[in-house]
Amino acid sequence: MDKLDQLVNEARTAFAAAADGAALEQAKARFLGKSGLVTEQLKALGGLAPEEKRERGAAINRAKTAIEAALEARRDSLRAAALDAQLAAERLDVTLPGRGPAPGGLHPVSRTLERIERLFHSIGFVIADGPEIETDWYNFTALNLPPNHPARSMQDTFFLDGRDEVLRTHTSPVQIRAMLAHAERHRGRDIMPDLRIIAPGRVYRVDSDATHSPMFHQIEVLWVGERVSFADLKGVAVDFLRQFFETEALQVRFRPSFFPFTEPSAEIDVGFMGGALEGRWLEIAGCGMVHPNVLRCGGIDPERHTGFAFGFGLDRLAMLRYGVGDLRLFFEGDLRFLSQFR
Amino acid sequence: MQFSENWLRTFVNPPLDSAALAHLLTMAGLEVEETRPVAPPFTGVVVARIVEAEKHPNADKLKLCKVDIGAGELLQIVCGAPNAAVGMKAPCAKVGARLPGDFAIEAAKLRGVESFGMLCSARELGLSDDHAGLLALPEEAPVGADIRAYLALDDTRFEIKLTPNRADCLSLTGIAREVAALAGAPFTPAPLTLVPPVTDARRAIALDAPKACPRYCGRIIGGVNARAQTPGWMKDRLQRSGIRAIHALVDITNYVMLELGQPLHVFDNARLSGAIHVRLPRPGEELLLLNEQTVKPAPDTLLIADEARALALAGIMGGEESGVTLATTEIFLESAFFAPEAVAGRARAHGFSSDASHRYERGVDFQLQRPAIERATQLILDICGGAPGPVEEARSDADLPQRREVRLRPARARQVLGIELDDDILRGLLERVHLQVRDLAVELRVTPPAFRFDIEIEEDLIEEIARLYGYDNIPAPAPRAGLSMLAVPESARTDWEVRHRLAGRGFQEVVNFAFVDEAWEHDFCANARPIRLANPIASQMSVMRSSLLPGLIANLASNRKRQQNRVRVFESGRCFVRADGESGAGADGEVPGFAQPRRLAALAAGPALPEQWGEAARPVDFYDLKGDLEALFAPRPLAFAPVAAPALHPGRAAAVFLDGRRIGVIGEIHPQWVQRHELGGAPIVFEIDLEAALAAVRPANGEISRMPAALRDLALVVPVSVSAEQALAALREAAPEVVREISLFDVYQGRGVEPGHKSLAFRISMQDTQRTLEDAEVDAVISGLLLHVERAVGGRLRV
Repeated sequence: MDKLDQLVNEARTAFAAAADGAALEQAKARFLGKSGLVTEQLKALGGLAPEEKRERGAAINRAKTAIEAALEARRDSLRAAALDAQLAAERLDVTLPGRGPAPGGLHPVSRTLERIERLFHSIGFVIADGPEIETDWYNFTALNLPPNHPARSMQDTFFLDGRDEVLRTHTSPVQIRAMLAHAERHRGRDIMPDLRIIAPGRVYRVDSDATHSPMFHQIEVLWVGERVSFADLKGVAVDFLRQFFETEALQVRFRPSFFPFTEPSAEIDVGFMGGALEGRWLEIAGCGMVHPNVLRCGGIDPERHTGFAFGFGLDRLAMLRYGVGDLRLFFEGDLRFLSQFR
Repeated sequence: MQFSENWLRTFVNPPLDSAALAHLLTMAGLEVEETRPVAPPFTGVVVARIVEAEKHPNADKLKLCKVDIGAGELLQIVCGAPNAAVGMKAPCAKVGARLPGDFAIEAAKLRGVESFGMLCSARELGLSDDHAGLLALPEEAPVGADIRAYLALDDTRFEIKLTPNRADCLSLTGIAREVAALAGAPFTPAPLTLVPPVTDARRAIALDAPKACPRYCGRIIGGVNARAQTPGWMKDRLQRSGIRAIHALVDITNYVMLELGQPLHVFDNARLSGAIHVRLPRPGEELLLLNEQTVKPAPDTLLIADEARALALAGIMGGEESGVTLATTEIFLESAFFAPEAVAGRARAHGFSSDASHRYERGVDFQLQRPAIERATQLILDICGGAPGPVEEARSDADLPQRREVRLRPARARQVLGIELDDDILRGLLERVHLQVRDLAVELRVTPPAFRFDIEIEEDLIEEIARLYGYDNIPAPAPRAGLSMLAVPESARTDWEVRHRLAGRGFQEVVNFAFVDEAWEHDFCANARPIRLANPIASQMSVMRSSLLPGLIANLASNRKRQQNRVRVFESGRCFVRADGESGAGADGEVPGFAQPRRLAALAAGPALPEQWGEAARPVDFYDLKGDLEALFAPRPLAFAPVAAPALHPGRAAAVFLDGRRIGVIGEIHPQWVQRHELGGAPIVFEIDLEAALAAVRPANGEISRMPAALRDLALVVPVSVSAEQALAALREAAPEVVREISLFDVYQGRGVEPGHKSLAFRISMQDTQRTLEDAEVDAVISGLLLHVERAVGGRLRV
């Protein structure tokens, strides 16, 4: 074997034997250093004939290049090994839990309401709000419930001590407030644009058991315009209920009923075509065409404008949606219950 | 309104089973809430007579009976009922019978003696809960007859929830009329015969308040036997309609009320003196009612009186002293029309309601008084005997209700309902329910019958059309409307964004009652004049809350009892404060006299972080919650200043300011409440006006400097009484424009800082937009700041 080939082999062996960077640098010095074996070979060129010198020189350079390549390869592999060792040492237990705060959540009734607001917002309804201590006029009289009207006894009202105001028994008084404001805003114009609102909020009735709470949530939906019909009411209500429950497999029926503030009036029942509630009609909302006396109290001419309204129990929708059996759970502040709805 | 289906079918009998009949009524607005069979299914039970009853040879409490069931041969039956006696008639389940609960009757040996059947109690047949003994049957019960047929048990109780507008359906006649119209079946009214007088006994009647009572019929019937037995069929119909049988005279009046809808009253004629007056009360007048309640009628409550005294609350309840008893032999029968306005609310004002007031305040057919008194007379004669006098009728025609024509524009009806409907069909629908229709080509004129009190305006007719057309038949299309976009203001955040921000920082939303314990208002809010409810549902829910905090504190206490020690809750809702008189706030609000601000409050208690492996556990503190509050408002800065609040620790409470306006408080709960309510640790709370959190700022782009920033740290020693805010404010006041940001990064007190002082370390970031700052300029800025801070708050550089 050529001596140079032997040298290259020796270098490769020496580099491979170097266990770390320092050993490798020492080995490098032995071959490529100022007085290394390759340098020695080059120095020995001086005594050769030019022709021989060129050939030999080229051969030495090839050997040198090969040794340098071997060195670089060994460097890379040592670096890679060092990195591997470091990475191995840095391994984490990725199954340990993450750190930091944990998120809270909204109340299930809020969650329900937020979805409902979005559904109605998507067809142009805006949110309206009203006070919870309400005057007799807004809560009853303006809604076509004059004093002594038998229908007043349909609602068990909380009265304030020594005052005429009541805790509102429904969200319907917001209808009146919204209509009055709307009529005022467009007074004197030829055309009054449609009024489309939803009014969610807390309402109060003297009642308490698994399905009644003295405070609960209602949402009132009102659309007043020049050609709003009972068919429109049905269309919106059915659309809403199917979107809310996210199923077309929902039967919705409208049953004649009576509310002083609407005429014709209806109760809306839903029937699920599957699940635990299959085969039962569940009363879910009261609705109807806004009574002309109510429109008048809202400053709107019933000859020119008609409207529909419906009101439903938000808590009841949340109970159906999430399978909650006892209404009282919503108001007990039990974190074990509430945190399920995050 | 409850009634027996079989009874209804004597008036109208459409080819529908019970379920279909219930559906028909429900979908016409007479909601059937419940249908309940009078008896559960059973077979093989007959009327039996006990012929012999000996003691059982082997058991003290059992009897050995011989029973006749009309089969020729007597049955031997062992029976344990205490009332089993010779001669008694009772139901007997024969061998092979099936009783409720699928209980099969077989021949059996009881204590060594054979028994062929079972004598039954009411409970064993599922008729009632009575299990004290055998169900005793009347003497005339035919032995061997099937008990279901004999007691007419194949019947169903209907319970319908009537809306207040349909007073006309508060009777079997009314419901039957409706069913006939809806199902197209013939209607057979109750038999009506005029009973001619056989005596001349009469009592004068004076209508002293003719508006309230425009028609009053009365009739004396002498020689009645008040002790007569009410016939079984009548008792059954009453009971199946939810009315308890009392004695014959009262039962008959109740029966006629159920049958026709006309409330009646019977007086003991011997206890009346002089003419009947229908009048308003005299000052101080009192009346003992049949329910043993003594009332002082309000001035607008109509009375029935004679010449000596008040006898009854008109249309509400009779008086104890003039009522009939079993000793009564001569009665005065009343059948009157009282105007709904004259009765409405009066019974409720006295804390009760009656079947009569329920009907009168909703409207009784004002043409029904004479037919009803004749019908009742006939039944009284049939059951109790007696000799009737003439019917005395006092009437004020001008004050009787009028049935005015109501205009109906078919086009409007179609538009309101959103349906196509021919005029003829529309007219036909109205005529089906006894409305008289006159066609004037451009519109219809409709006159309602006397029994309908709910047809006064066009909408009433439109509703009637919809109901009869069928709500189900009205389409439900997607509505058409002009499209215009809704505003999405960038300078406001929605309620939801605010709530989600808090939820994102670990808070769980709760909803608490708005009425609270008065003690909470007193302790936590120092509210001496809370808004009280007149009729609270419980004493600990008697006043309206003026703050959300007590509710959150209660949430903490209850969750701690359930081993939830880390509690982070928030609520958004209204609070209620008086705003009367001088204080003014809210006086012009939505409801004068009350401010009802929407607030947002949060509470944090227990460990700052959920239990975890990587962070040392520490209790949550003031600054944690302050950080949450600041994050809620970011990027808008809040300011804080010490404040005193009854619920809060005096040294750890701050008023919160936004743009210089006070918007709420934050602080640690006062240790005395922590101890009293066992809250553990030191809960931190804040409560702010929700409206403040709903405002937002629209961001705007500014110039970003490309020049390098110079940073200097400045440790200031200040007296402990100087707040960080004061020191920061002093620095800001003196800062020239090149100072971009001043942030506090360390607070230190202890070794190396003289007692009574603390060290506050600030990082000052300086930058010019046009050039790099020279060291000398930077030094000059710092010297300027130091000089000012020293003057303003006594701060000096820490060395």
